[in-house]
Amino acid sequence: MKTNDVILQFTAKIVFFIIFFYAVHIFFAGHYTPGGGFVGGLVTSCAIVLLIIAFDLKKVQSILPINYIYLVATGLIVALGTATFSMIAGKPFFTHSFDYFNLPILGKTSLHTAALFDFGVYLVVVGVTMTIIQTIGEDE
Amino acid sequence: MNNFLLLPIIIPFFFGMILMFGQKKLAYQRITALFGLVISIVCAFALLATVYENGPQSVTFGSWPVPFGITMVSDTVSALLVLTTLILAFFIVWYGFGSIGKQREQFFYYPGVMFIITGVNGAFTTGDIFNLFVFFEVLLMSSYLLIVLGGEKAQLRESIKYILVNVISSALFVITVAFLYSVVGTLNMADISEKITEVNQPGILTVIAVLFLMVFGMKAAIFPLYFWLPSAYSAPPIPVLALFGALLTKVGVYAIMRTYTLFFTHDLSYTHELLLILSIITIIAGCIGALAHFDVKQIIIYNIVIAVGVILFGVAQMNEVGLEGAMFYLIHDMIIKAALFMLIGIVIFVTGTTNLRKMGGLMKTYPALGWFYLIAAFGLAGVPPLSGFIGKLLIVQGGFQAGNIWTSIFILASSLVVLLSVIRIFIYAFWGEQGQLSKEINKTTYNRLFFPTMLLVIVSIFYGVGTEWIMPFMEDAAKILTDPSIYNDAVMKGGE
Repeated sequence: MKTNDVILQFTAKIVFFIIFFYAVHIFFAGHYTPGGGFVGGLVTSCAIVLLIIAFDLKKVQSILPINYIYLVATGLIVALGTATFSMIAGKPFFTHSFDYFNLPILGKTSLHTAALFDFGVYLVVVGVTMTIIQTIGEDE
Repeated sequence: MNNFLLLPIIIPFFFGMILMFGQKKLAYQRITALFGLVISIVCAFALLATVYENGPQSVTFGSWPVPFGITMVSDTVSALLVLTTLILAFFIVWYGFGSIGKQREQFFYYPGVMFIITGVNGAFTTGDIFNLFVFFEVLLMSSYLLIVLGGEKAQLRESIKYILVNVISSALFVITVAFLYSVVGTLNMADISEKITEVNQPGILTVIAVLFLMVFGMKAAIFPLYFWLPSAYSAPPIPVLALFGALLTKVGVYAIMRTYTLFFTHDLSYTHELLLILSIITIIAGCIGALAHFDVKQIIIYNIVIAVGVILFGVAQMNEVGLEGAMFYLIHDMIIKAALFMLIGIVIFVTGTTNLRKMGGLMKTYPALGWFYLIAAFGLAGVPPLSGFIGKLLIVQGGFQAGNIWTSIFILASSLVVLLSVIRIFIYAFWGEQGQLSKEINKTTYNRLFFPTMLLVIVSIFYGVGTEWIMPFMEDAAKILTDPSIYNDAVMKGGE
């Protein structure tokens, strides 16, 4: 017997985007208000987990064909790259830099390399969480 | 400001990352791993030369002023240990090609090794007590992976114990750091050292010193806290065991050495007396274990415990000779333990058993293996031209200088037990009637295993014979350990 969970699936499709954009908001808010790469990553994986609950593992993998282990490695490389970039510039490891830019739509914005590091953390957190959930879920 | 000292940490880390790609391609995994280690070794050599010529190097992350940022400090002590770590990792990875097995190699074995090296090197180099904790976790996490990788029944059973013990000791580490932070209000090691000198170690700091001894003693396997080590180390395959036996407990020993020479130097009659007593009992416990077993792995594993006791006995003397001996013995022991585990691995590969009683007569079929084992065994016991001699000599000399006559004589006597335990393997496995032989021996695998092992034994011979060349480095290291002000000045001024 197959249950019909059309309400769950329909709601999940909408709520996924709400959660995902909330995660993006948390991620960018991290510098001035509570938030940052770690919670941002966790909330993003929550959104994907919601999809997995509503549909199933295989379908979600075909929608988001991401190798999460590669995602972890990429995140680590981004984080280490941000930290080592200052070494090439002749400053101590992990020296961040920032400046103000006039972007077309957003106007005057401060861009900080710490955000890049946070992005690496974000990728690692998403990758690790999803690897754990997927491998346990696939296990027979 | 000098980023160079970070390279031996960053390079293995980076290669660990890129090894996570392409996990099924064996050739890529092997070549990249070896290549990464070779580059790191070159950097570590250059670092040792720099540190030896220009004194301790330090860098504070993010251009922050000194006590506020995370400082990484490389003095002769840590540069020597980093170099030894990388050289051993190189030989062990090479050895692993013949013995670790395709399945493990394709499932993140090499990234695991790279991350464990990152953790070990980081722990040797850091100048911040909480950062030390983080690097401990880096190396422990990787060691959890390596101990369970393969999923055999024994591995699963022992990894549960290993993880449990280490989680508890890590929690204790955090609590101890919290205690220390509430007393001195800083986490930078040089700054802690100066603050402790100012308050002249009241009772609470002695308590913290003993707590640190418990935390690091659990990692380093000193007497009442070594219970997890013999069974946990018997589970993983030989290359992983060699990596653990050579590196992991030594990080704990280094941490005790660092905290007890840099921080807690004002109540010697209590803290160092305790360390001395514990180290003696550790040696006794190790000796009993090494003589009791007929399992080749267990014999060498208990020899780790003995060596930890001997090194800590050197540290407990708190004079320059004793510390110099401890440094010398520490590095000797890392090399010789790796070599012995690799040799034992070949013996197990050839005979197909770990039980000594079933072996015999290997001298006729594998004479080269026999002679190299004998050299390594003599090296471990400290027969003069070989590497274990000078270290133990200096440790005992330090003991005499500090007035611990009987315990020093005891250290000498323990060498006999060490010699007996390893020669027993030689007699049972290499002499006598032909014992059991494995059916799956093939010559190419044997050669693959034997070649790196042979080179490592030769390295250990050079370490013993070339004492004259190595001595200046050790003297420099001992000078820094006996006089914390050199370390503190280097850190406090280096960040500006």
